[in-house]
Amino acid sequence: MLVRRMFRARVKSNFALSLLTGSLALILVILSASPSANALPAFARKYGLRCSACHESWPMLNYFGQKFKDNGYQLMNDRDAPIWQNPSYWPVTFRITPIWHRVSTGKVQVDVYSGGTVTGSAVQRITSSGFDLSGLDFHTGGTLEKNFSFYLLPSSDPTGAFHFESVFARLDNVLGSPWLNVKLGKFELDNLLSEKRILTLTGNGGIYQIYHFIPQGDGNIFGQMGDNQLGLEIMGHSYDDRTRYSAALLSSNDGTTQLPYGNAYTGFFTFSQAFDTGRAGVQRVGGYAMVGQAPTTWLTQTGPSGSTVIPGAGIGNKSFSREGFFGQFYFGQHIDLQVVTQHGQDSAWFGQGYGDFIDGIAPNNNTTGNTLPVGAQAPSWNGVLFEPHYVYSPQLIFIGRYETIRMSQQANGALSAAPSPSNLGNISTYTIGYRYNPFMTSRAGFAWHNEYNWLHQDGTSPTGTNLNTSELLLGFDFDF
Amino acid sequence: MRTRLQKWSLAMGAAAVMALPLTSWAQLTTGDIESRIGMESHIGNLTGHAKAAAADYRRYCVGCHGVMGDGNGENFPWLDPKPRNFQLGIYKCRSTPSGTLPTDEDLFDTIARGLDRSNMPQWSTFTKQQRADLVAWVKHFSPRYATEKPGAPIQIPPEPEVTAERIKAGREVFGRVQCWKCHGVTGMADGPSASTLTDDQSRPILAFNFTEGARPKCGETDRDIYRIFMTGLDGTPMPSFADNIKPDEAWDLVFYLRALMSQHSKEKDMAKQLGLKPVDPNAPPGQ
Repeated sequence: MLVRRMFRARVKSNFALSLLTGSLALILVILSASPSANALPAFARKYGLRCSACHESWPMLNYFGQKFKDNGYQLMNDRDAPIWQNPSYWPVTFRITPIWHRVSTGKVQVDVYSGGTVTGSAVQRITSSGFDLSGLDFHTGGTLEKNFSFYLLPSSDPTGAFHFESVFARLDNVLGSPWLNVKLGKFELDNLLSEKRILTLTGNGGIYQIYHFIPQGDGNIFGQMGDNQLGLEIMGHSYDDRTRYSAALLSSNDGTTQLPYGNAYTGFFTFSQAFDTGRAGVQRVGGYAMVGQAPTTWLTQTGPSGSTVIPGAGIGNKSFSREGFFGQFYFGQHIDLQVVTQHGQDSAWFGQGYGDFIDGIAPNNNTTGNTLPVGAQAPSWNGVLFEPHYVYSPQLIFIGRYETIRMSQQANGALSAAPSPSNLGNISTYTIGYRYNPFMTSRAGFAWHNEYNWLHQDGTSPTGTNLNTSELLLGFDFDF
Repeated sequence: MRTRLQKWSLAMGAAAVMALPLTSWAQLTTGDIESRIGMESHIGNLTGHAKAAAADYRRYCVGCHGVMGDGNGENFPWLDPKPRNFQLGIYKCRSTPSGTLPTDEDLFDTIARGLDRSNMPQWSTFTKQQRADLVAWVKHFSPRYATEKPGAPIQIPPEPEVTAERIKAGREVFGRVQCWKCHGVTGMADGPSASTLTDDQSRPILAFNFTEGARPKCGETDRDIYRIFMTGLDGTPMPSFADNIKPDEAWDLVFYLRALMSQHSKEKDMAKQLGLKPVDPNAPPGQ
């Protein structure tokens, strides 16, 4: 019996070893036989450059791609204007991702039935898995004429409902200088670690948490750096893009059109400097600040269905801020590390749930004339994000990310009655994954994508305990 | 079932190992190029190594210039002008006499400056070391670098003061050496030979149009323009005029060419004040 067990164990071991050997050898052959890498088709088709010229791994930009973007999607080679293009060229790229994913959320409150009626509630883990689709992005952009550029991105959710994710026109190199470029419309903020070009796709890993963090119970949706915003941006850079700055004036409406909130504005400022470090590459460090005001309450109108908010009639503007540093560090041609830090603060009013009415975070607080409870204070927090990459080749990248956000002051931390725990809402999240492009040309892009994300948040389960969520995702990310 | 799977995976492993030589077989034909992988470049205090540029070349350059550096990358059919064939070792932008190899600095500058009116962008985003490595990489494709040394850079005398007389003298040089045959009497690239021009691989090529606001391919300073017509653009119909134009006359021609360009310049203002007319190809010499 023991011998048989040992034999079985050896057979299993041999089987596993040979399967592993075979798989590794197969991967080795695939990697060694792969043709060289690929790019974002609309621009790649126009200029004949591979995706890898502008993207560390599509869609994340590398330094050359950032310079191209900063020049208004121009190579500055006197062939940028559409008059030089073949008339059949149409600067459009479609992107959609069919996926399989498994999402597991711990501690979801569910009803408990007895005899066909709800008798109470319980908390349990919910896990769902299956095949799915991402939304569809319909990118079009480029130049209208030399130094006049544009971008238009109608985007749908997975149901097909469209919205304008990004729409802007830009005057490039005003007065013949790269130090002055003016953009008007709805656009991504000048985050060098761009969330719109993020390499990960899961629900929690597909965004940068510190770009969207809102403390528990806070009503301020306006400080989300990761959301595209409506406004005017002035940016400039040196010829080689080593030095760059931007300053944007934004409507405090989180990118929502038709002025739903009122008269409030936000400023977003960045500055960065890059340094030449020989074969290690070009290192960049910089800082950003987002400082703004947004309404906390709204004028209302009483009708047959009760009191409703009057859109655009926001009042009681209060302040918020996000500021931090970022760094892009390269260690040769294969390894890099992206770092972003953040210190954020909201007015005590936001901390008490005053703020957005559209997202319904705290709809009951949208009434005027209230006063803050004694002990209410401005919530503040600190966060940091580390994202290392191992770029085996332009066609294969391994991605890791660790983000953590820690509350430094709770809005209710000083209330005598039921003060919030100091760690309420703290977030830690890990993401790992890889993207493999089996081919790379200047015509289309295709990536086999595999990713796992795990997110932990303190005290946010229905029972006040910690909440863990995880997601595994596999998909084909393609664009044409 | 296990045994079958085990056999299958062993067979896959064996097949993979057997396939490895096949995947590297294609590289055997690159043996000649590989033999020069130790190529270096020297730019100031920097030493570039070809080997160190392999990844950058693959990421940024191979789509146009090709794996073998022969300019036959996947985009070759769609590009005009065509990508440079590094194997030939023939370059337009040089500081060295016609027919000679360019210096490492010439290639280093070209990578950062890019080539206007082509798909070659300005790769100023590279570090200097990366550029030096890429220069060595570019050189390693050509057997010329194994047997020849770069030419000695031409001497460019200090730039004199611009005067109306010099601009007029430049006009005379423009007519005498028949720049107008390709570039046209007004610099619009519409001379009688313009439509017949081909490069050294018999591909049609355009003369430079001074009037459309474009920057000269090999640099836009006065010294760059001087250098262009005194060294010629190898591989194109643009010859070197080093034997036909004296150094002082060359500066006169630079000033006249500035006057033809659409960009604002003091030469243009002076030519306008002079009421300078385009050269007359049929006029007797000296007029």
